[in-house]
Amino acid sequence: MIWQIDLAVLILVLICAVGALAVKDLMGAAILFGAYSFLMCILWAVMGAVDVAFTEASVGAGVSTVFFVAAVFRTSRRSKD
Amino acid sequence: MEQYIPLFLTKYNYWVYIALMMIGLWAMIAKNNLVKKIVGMNIFQTAIILFYVSIGAKYGGTIPIIQHGSGHGHEAAVRAADYINPLPHVLMLTAIVVSVATLGVALALVIKIHRRHRTLEEDEILEQLRES
Repeated sequence: MIWQIDLAVLILVLICAVGALAVKDLMGAAILFGAYSFLMCILWAVMGAVDVAFTEASVGAGVSTVFFVAAVFRTSRRSKD
Repeated sequence: MEQYIPLFLTKYNYWVYIALMMIGLWAMIAKNNLVKKIVGMNIFQTAIILFYVSIGAKYGGTIPIIQHGSGHGHEAAVRAADYINPLPHVLMLTAIVVSVATLGVALALVIKIHRRHRTLEEDEILEQLRES
């Protein structure tokens, strides 16, 4: 585990989490959530959990983002907060 | 007070996990939009998974694959200190799959709610329920 990479990616993860919750556009929130999942996957690869990392990359970042985009297209895109 | 500063700095990752967990919990409770609530739930879940995986990580350890195959006699013994603990990885692999299943069900419910009430905002839905 390299702590410099760990700390830098952790800060990016925090920024992405706050951004996904702060954006008014739900499609933007879905895309930022996909970026958050990919950064989480990098974090697990740094920690040596490669199996968890590629499961997160395929299932967490891939399928979750597709689900979010599909749901936002079927409902409304706007959010008040 | 001074002896707590190295403790705070060397355990920086745990503080970030707690911050992520609290962000997720705040979004689940305080956000008005239903999709934002689901994003908060997912952030909470991944923060917990991150906490568990980081328990198994160790400095100077390699990924949990035995390097020279399984030998016989004294070669068959493995020094556990050289390898990262794989038990939290396996547990959290299940948690990731469960979290995606939860997300699918939650988004299906959100689509149903939007078909009925034509909105995703919680206060407007409660308003419509109160009027009817």
